[in-house]
Amino acid sequence: MARTASDDDLRALARRLRSHSLRMISEAKTSHIGSCLSLADILAVLYGSVLRVDPKRPEWADRDRLIVSKGHAAAVTYAAVAEAGFMPLDRLGEYARNGGQLYGHVTHAGVPGVEMSNGSLGHGLPVGTGMALTAKRERRDWRVFVLMSDGECDEGSNWEAILFAAHHGLDNLVIVIDYNKIQSLDFVDKTIRLEPLADKFRAFGWGVREVDGHGVAALRSTLGSLPLEAGKPNAIIAHTIKGKGVSWMEGKVLWHYRPPAEGEELARALAEVEAS
Amino acid sequence: MRTAFIKALNELADSDSRVCLVVGDLGYSVIEEFANKHPDQFVNAGVAEQNMIGLAVGMALSGKVVFTYSIGNFGTLRCLEQIRNDACYHRANVKVVAVGGGLAYGNLGVTHHASEDVAILRALPNMTVVAPGDPIEARLATRAVVALDGPCYLRLGKAGEPVVHTTEPVFELGRAIELRPGSDVTLIASGGMLATADQVAGHLAGKGLSVRLLSMHTIKPLDCDAVVRAATETRFVFTLEEHSIEGGLGGAVAEVLAELEGEHAPLKRIGLRPEFNRVVGDQRYLKSLHGLDEEGVMKTIQPIISRSFRLVG
Repeated sequence: MARTASDDDLRALARRLRSHSLRMISEAKTSHIGSCLSLADILAVLYGSVLRVDPKRPEWADRDRLIVSKGHAAAVTYAAVAEAGFMPLDRLGEYARNGGQLYGHVTHAGVPGVEMSNGSLGHGLPVGTGMALTAKRERRDWRVFVLMSDGECDEGSNWEAILFAAHHGLDNLVIVIDYNKIQSLDFVDKTIRLEPLADKFRAFGWGVREVDGHGVAALRSTLGSLPLEAGKPNAIIAHTIKGKGVSWMEGKVLWHYRPPAEGEELARALAEVEAS
Repeated sequence: MRTAFIKALNELADSDSRVCLVVGDLGYSVIEEFANKHPDQFVNAGVAEQNMIGLAVGMALSGKVVFTYSIGNFGTLRCLEQIRNDACYHRANVKVVAVGGGLAYGNLGVTHHASEDVAILRALPNMTVVAPGDPIEARLATRAVVALDGPCYLRLGKAGEPVVHTTEPVFELGRAIELRPGSDVTLIASGGMLATADQVAGHLAGKGLSVRLLSMHTIKPLDCDAVVRAATETRFVFTLEEHSIEGGLGGAVAEVLAELEGEHAPLKRIGLRPEFNRVVGDQRYLKSLHGLDEEGVMKTIQPIISRSFRLVG
């Protein structure tokens, strides 16, 4: 998609990412539809108007790097990569299927456009930090975006990288936290409280912006005005709704695991997404 | 060994700007020259080993050849999943260096005893595992590891290891170095046990045995041909390592011999008992408790040799 895409184009892309995710997860009977739906608008804005990538040259040295550290949001990531033109859309049928290459957690091997495999949480940010440090030292202008979940912030490895990135002034490093308030077993607030999350990042020396993670215009303007503060790494806390776009999945722990049943349930979900 | 390593790395970094060193806030009096000479190729990641490996992978995936440096288990086991998922799965050019392999930090505590690292890292796909036998091998291994495309674990001793090679050997990853030809028994050593094995080989030769001595500096990929030749051309094979007898060099050789068809020599693994040490001791002391000093190794080998070769004394 051209970087001149309109907000409506980005909303349409987000709808397609949700529809792909629903179909993929329903057909493969895998988990994490809620996590995919909460991330869809963020991925649509990134691929549709922010990332400097070239699907014809997935290894282009000066590309922006996108790491999906919340590797369980795999279906929506593959959908975004395919919609961006890195691979044909029909490859989405390989998702979690025997003999395919699209594993149920984000996988780079055999999947052009996917920078890094993830699945165990807390791995993406340290790697992204190493990339950002290299770009800085070599005076390259490519940037590194790391998409994280809220539950993932429990992992100590992230805080090691958060300390490091601030110390080294990596303002070419951007994390977007898909803050949908629900983690694996329960709500974040009832598991390991993250609040005050923005204050934590500020105290660690990061530039911080809180944004509506489903507001295409707001996301676009935030991601289009980086760095948030010169000389500081960027933390964008995107307030989202788990299961966003399908009313009966929204804000429910259940849909971290349960796939929509094929047939009537999937059809109702798709109809809601398409009408949104 | 660490001096030989850092000196070699320093020279490599002079001519190859891809070569970087990331330390986990360790290496006092070792890494300063590199840090001063190559500030853009040096990072102190702080006391944060998971980030150290992740950082190194990110740098490697951006074109660098990155050495991480820490001691004992900190740079390997603490961040094992980062090594597996990030370095090995992505085939990143990350070279994990641990100093103090085995009991080099003997009296600092069990936390500092690296006694299972080879077994654990050897199990990872795409990983190369190297434990040089003396400072000369450490220097040659450093060069070879830079040229190797992909992840590697370089296990070093600490300081003061004797030079065993009298001339510079041909060093090739995955190929054992024969220091002594022989047809009666074979000693296969890795890491700092090479020096002990060399002395033991001298003793045995003095008793009239023809002793083959191999430095198995690369434990993965193992030089299986050299192992098979040892087991078919000589009558007994001993492995010597400053590592648990479970899963390290001895384990790797045992795997080869267990699947070897036909008549072949038996194997005796000489290494650390697979347990936590319960008394304080420096490297020399603890090695003697495990029978890894020259005398202890002779004590293990002697009865076997006597039985097999009818030698006395």
